[in-house]
Amino acid sequence: MGAWDDKRNLVCLEPIGMAHSWSLETYQRIGGYDAWKKVLAELTPREQIIDAVKSSGLRGRGGAAFPMGVKWSFMPRNAPMQKYLVCNSDESEPGTCHDRDILRFNPHALIEGMAIGGYAMNATVGYNYIRGEFLGEPVPRFEAAVKEAYAAGLLGKNIRGSGVDFDLHTFVGAGAYICGEETALLDSLEGKQGKPRFKPPFPAAFGLYGAPTTINNCQSIASVPTIMRKGPQWFAALGPANSGGTNIFSVSGHVNNPGNFELPLGVPFADLLDMAGGIWKARHIKAVIPGGSSVPVVPGETMMKVNMDYDSLKAIGSSVGSAAVIVMDETTCMVRTLERLSRFYMSESCGQCTPCREGTGWLNRTLQRILAGQATREHLGLLLDVANRIEGHTICALGDAAAWPVQSFLKHYRHEFEFMVDHGGRSIVAPDAPRGAQVAA
Amino acid sequence: MSVTEGSNGAASPAALSGHTRAEIDQWIARFPPGRQRSAVIAALRAAQEQNQGYLTPPLMDAVAAYLQLPPIQVYEVASFYSMFETHPCGRHHVSVCTNISCMLRGGEALLAHVERRLGIRVGESTPDGRIFLKQEEECLAACTGAPMMMVDHVYHEHLSNDAVDRILDELK
Amino acid sequence: MSAEFVNVEVNGVAVRAPKGEMIIRVTDAHGAYIPRFCYHDKLPIAANCRMCLVEVEKAPKPLPACATPVTEGMKIHTRSPKAIAAQKATMEFLLINHPLDCPICDQGGECELQDLAVGFGRDISRYQERKRVVKDQSLGPLVSTDMTRCIHCTRCVRFGQEIAGIQELGTTGRGENMQIGTFIERSVDHELSGNIIDLCPVGALNSKPFRFQARAWEMTQHPLVSPHDGVGSRLYGHVLRGRLMRVVPQPCEEINETWISDRDRFGYEGLASADRLTVPRVRASNGQWHDADWDSALDAMAKGLRAASAGRGAAGAGFMAHASCTLEELYLLGRVAEGLGSSNIDHRLRQRDFRDQGGDPAAPTIGLAIADVDGLDGVFIVGSNLRAELPLLAHRVRKAARRGAAVSFLNPRSYECLFPVAHVLLANPARMLTELAAVLAAALEAAGAGAPAALEQLLANARPAAAHRAIAAALGKGKRAIWLGALALRHSAYGELRALARELARVTGATLGELAEGANAAGAYLAGCVPHRAPAGTARASYGRNAREMLEEPLPGYLLLGVEPWADGLQPHTLATLERARFVGAITPFASPAMLQVAHVLLPAAAFAETSGTYVNLEGRWQSFAGAARAPGSARPAWKILRVLGNLLDLAGFDYQSSDMVRDELRAAVERAPRVGYESRFAPARPDLVEALRDLSMYRVDPVLRRAPSLQQTRAGQAGDVEFPS
Repeated sequence: MGAWDDKRNLVCLEPIGMAHSWSLETYQRIGGYDAWKKVLAELTPREQIIDAVKSSGLRGRGGAAFPMGVKWSFMPRNAPMQKYLVCNSDESEPGTCHDRDILRFNPHALIEGMAIGGYAMNATVGYNYIRGEFLGEPVPRFEAAVKEAYAAGLLGKNIRGSGVDFDLHTFVGAGAYICGEETALLDSLEGKQGKPRFKPPFPAAFGLYGAPTTINNCQSIASVPTIMRKGPQWFAALGPANSGGTNIFSVSGHVNNPGNFELPLGVPFADLLDMAGGIWKARHIKAVIPGGSSVPVVPGETMMKVNMDYDSLKAIGSSVGSAAVIVMDETTCMVRTLERLSRFYMSESCGQCTPCREGTGWLNRTLQRILAGQATREHLGLLLDVANRIEGHTICALGDAAAWPVQSFLKHYRHEFEFMVDHGGRSIVAPDAPRGAQVAA
Repeated sequence: MSVTEGSNGAASPAALSGHTRAEIDQWIARFPPGRQRSAVIAALRAAQEQNQGYLTPPLMDAVAAYLQLPPIQVYEVASFYSMFETHPCGRHHVSVCTNISCMLRGGEALLAHVERRLGIRVGESTPDGRIFLKQEEECLAACTGAPMMMVDHVYHEHLSNDAVDRILDELK
Repeated sequence: MSAEFVNVEVNGVAVRAPKGEMIIRVTDAHGAYIPRFCYHDKLPIAANCRMCLVEVEKAPKPLPACATPVTEGMKIHTRSPKAIAAQKATMEFLLINHPLDCPICDQGGECELQDLAVGFGRDISRYQERKRVVKDQSLGPLVSTDMTRCIHCTRCVRFGQEIAGIQELGTTGRGENMQIGTFIERSVDHELSGNIIDLCPVGALNSKPFRFQARAWEMTQHPLVSPHDGVGSRLYGHVLRGRLMRVVPQPCEEINETWISDRDRFGYEGLASADRLTVPRVRASNGQWHDADWDSALDAMAKGLRAASAGRGAAGAGFMAHASCTLEELYLLGRVAEGLGSSNIDHRLRQRDFRDQGGDPAAPTIGLAIADVDGLDGVFIVGSNLRAELPLLAHRVRKAARRGAAVSFLNPRSYECLFPVAHVLLANPARMLTELAAVLAAALEAAGAGAPAALEQLLANARPAAAHRAIAAALGKGKRAIWLGALALRHSAYGELRALARELARVTGATLGELAEGANAAGAYLAGCVPHRAPAGTARASYGRNAREMLEEPLPGYLLLGVEPWADGLQPHTLATLERARFVGAITPFASPAMLQVAHVLLPAAAFAETSGTYVNLEGRWQSFAGAARAPGSARPAWKILRVLGNLLDLAGFDYQSSDMVRDELRAAVERAPRVGYESRFAPARPDLVEALRDLSMYRVDPVLRRAPSLQQTRAGQAGDVEFPS
């Protein structure tokens, strides 16, 4: 269909569409485990693997976009104690649903990536933390794949006679967005409430059970085998400078064909929207949240001119985040949308630190007050002020994530909030509908 | 008895079935020795399943006893994670996602439909104990299949009212 | 470890600070106060309240001073606009859901939130939404809950995890619904749990017995010393119109740090007991009790004692005191006894075996400074329910154990210590000897030494196993101690246990200590309130009767000082024995039915906090205190009663003007006294019969505790004594 056809599904979703894409047989047919076997056969210097990941330009796909190779280099890999590699498959940033597809359709890429990463960091035990809601399909798929890998002699002790050990276990969460934060995830893995730890110390020094630990996002790890197989330069060259490789864009919301699109970073948003079938119901684009609910919202017209890479999105005041592209058409009430998001942050705040515990509820109640037609314009100032007082004052980024949508919605759509305040709770997108009416989908 | 007896008397793991214990054991085996606390989420999940959908204080105490933890550490976990229910509820857990991507595609209307169909509000269970309509605040990560709902551990995507009715009717 | 220092700037002032020290400790040390709620010196860092955010140059965001280590060149601003803005933001968030019910809150006036709100809060709240209300759970009889006031600092939770060693409170739920509590209503039972009242920076956790009794600013604060055990914890008594309203800790790093035990905190309730004696009482010849004035009652007391003192030495009257009496009281009691020609005097009412008392040290001690317990590498504790006997010593041992010290026990049962225990030897009272002998045998074996002749019989059947060897080995290195606990002291073969322990200490080089019962056991020894030692620890020419002998066969008469032998001692038939005496006088704060049954004259004494005096703790520290509260009715400090009694008995040198004079006289004698070696004619032998051992409830060991209602309602208070058959 278009210019991007031959650039789709090059890395994590490569076997998608093949029969039993999740099986070891299929995975091996596309060169799966070649990289791992090569490492085992050659006992590649660990440094060399880390350097390869560094030069691939791969950045953490969970949202923070920290250079993965650099993170790997932080591990004290020659320290004599047990070290751990933990995969963050606690996918839960609203709008994001691509790790679920990696687990369901290409679990061996993740397993191979963990094995290579474990070897590179001299961590002989790995845990894959999968969110509890994935218990139905992704967990069994992943566990079956792990079983296959053990049976094929690709995991375990003294793998293929190399002297290399790597044991991989699945961990299943139980419903808490905050566990996607890496230190909260570690606490959860230790059997506690998922509450972010104050840093320093960082997990590389004091992680799981106090041992050196690296936590990487599922997609990041699943990208590693292809990088090793096809070379870091190949991967880096897929995207623009600073944005090496591909990302899986989960396009959701008001488009004709929502879906996951694994594409090189730097793909123009307009092309991505095209691939998703354009705006539905012959409507017009109003706004896009380009990287999951925590990143600032961007007006549609700005989005139509931007490329989907780290620097371009930063330049327009937003972020690649988790690459969840949430598209909204002109019928969307931005007040209601923000209220829904703020309710999410309120209920997912772990509660340990004051600004987030108290502030997220305050934000939500103020928004409810606006929707109920009981607010004044002063409440809009209060809303922003509360958001500003949460931002930068909390242990983890959830406070920031709760504040940024408020700030960006008010920045770009303040007139909608003012309209509602001035009109007793009626929405600018449906001024004739009664207050609080369901906004038609 | 003297004061030095553990905090509140030792609970017994007797409330856990053999099946539940076996399930917990295979989780304990995934963690280093002495780190059985890591199995608490899995243990609570197994205990909740054993009790058809919710945890009771004796079950949580039994998990604490089985994993040799102070009971409060188990309550902390049980009350923190949204997939655990510490009050009686229906045996099938139905969660209709209304987070942003689903909301944009009619998730809220779908939830309203489910409420009407079941005659209960979100957060309630049907009087026959068949269905618990969970308050779901978190995004369930099937955004490209919106609107969606989770029934027990199964995801249903691209839903319409009719599809929802068929799914609910099949729940026994 | 050599201390490395870094140079930092606090508000423009150059400061040197240990590398890695948290900012808040550096600023505290240099007088730059940073507001805080969750941070506490003694607890692990949580960094959750966000009140201590400060500006650090080059940092993109304000940083929590409690959790940010100082680094070279760091420039810290605690009062800059950015820092103040962050602190004010946190304060606003803390207050939106706080009920601000200060007028009905016991914490009012001593509330950290209230104090800081003055500095960082607004006049008017911008929060117009409904405030959170939290349903309260009962945490038991000691700690009241108003959880709507909770600011979620988690100090109380961390106290359980870090200090108590058992988590009773937790954070349940999440987000703004997070609650501190037990989730399922149950009491907090740890013997230090009252400390969460002090830790709570707001009025969420408060003293239940003190609830609505007084406002903080109405009361005067007086330093006191714990009357319940030999740690000698420093306390503050808060007094309103002469009445002791509550007790809180007085921080003292060398003794109790910032903690006190629950019995130190809530024992004061016993002072208001219904059987408090407020006027002198005399029993007429017809058996009827009547109130009397002080003169006639003192007269009756003097007459009774004189009449009972026809015999000399061991044939004289018996004098018994509680080990919670002050040094001054015990000394004057001894002087009265001496004046009446009796050496039958004792405070050791629970000791059963006195055969080796000649070998006692001048006063019992743990053998090292209390603060040094933290640094022990090995401790072997023989016969002790440590947490119940000495809660704060147990806390120190716990710190040592968590540092890696090998802590082992020889006990008739396994006690939950809440810290890692290296070895527990379990043995019934008779087998305790064999087990201890086996440890000694292991130590001798390791040292390549033979059995000392005197212990040959006890060592004859000693078969050291791995545990005995491990315990002996742990005593061979680092800082190590052997302690004989209350269950050893109450053992009917205490002499043998001590002989074995003494040899074990000698062979291993460990320090030997005794965990003597009562707040002032060491003081009682020094005051001469024992039948084998005169004041200052010099040996008596001939021994009087010890407590057990005094209660086995009736003496012509008795004087009881602050003691209820039927409840404080272990001797059976105590009441019957006392009833057979011609005269029993008591200087006592309480007149229980049993007391009225056996006594003839009762002189009302001031109790804890109502009198000045001195305690000597188990590290040998003398701690004097002034009276803080008014004794009820016409009760008088016991040292004054004894002084007047001395005068009435025409005894010389009873003209003390203050308790300080009494103390100074004894102190001078102690300092003059030669450190004589004591006789040790004791020959250890395998006993034919070992008596049953009794472990007493920790809230029944002295008359005040037995009358403290809230403590009695606790789980420990409800628990009965435990008897271990031999």
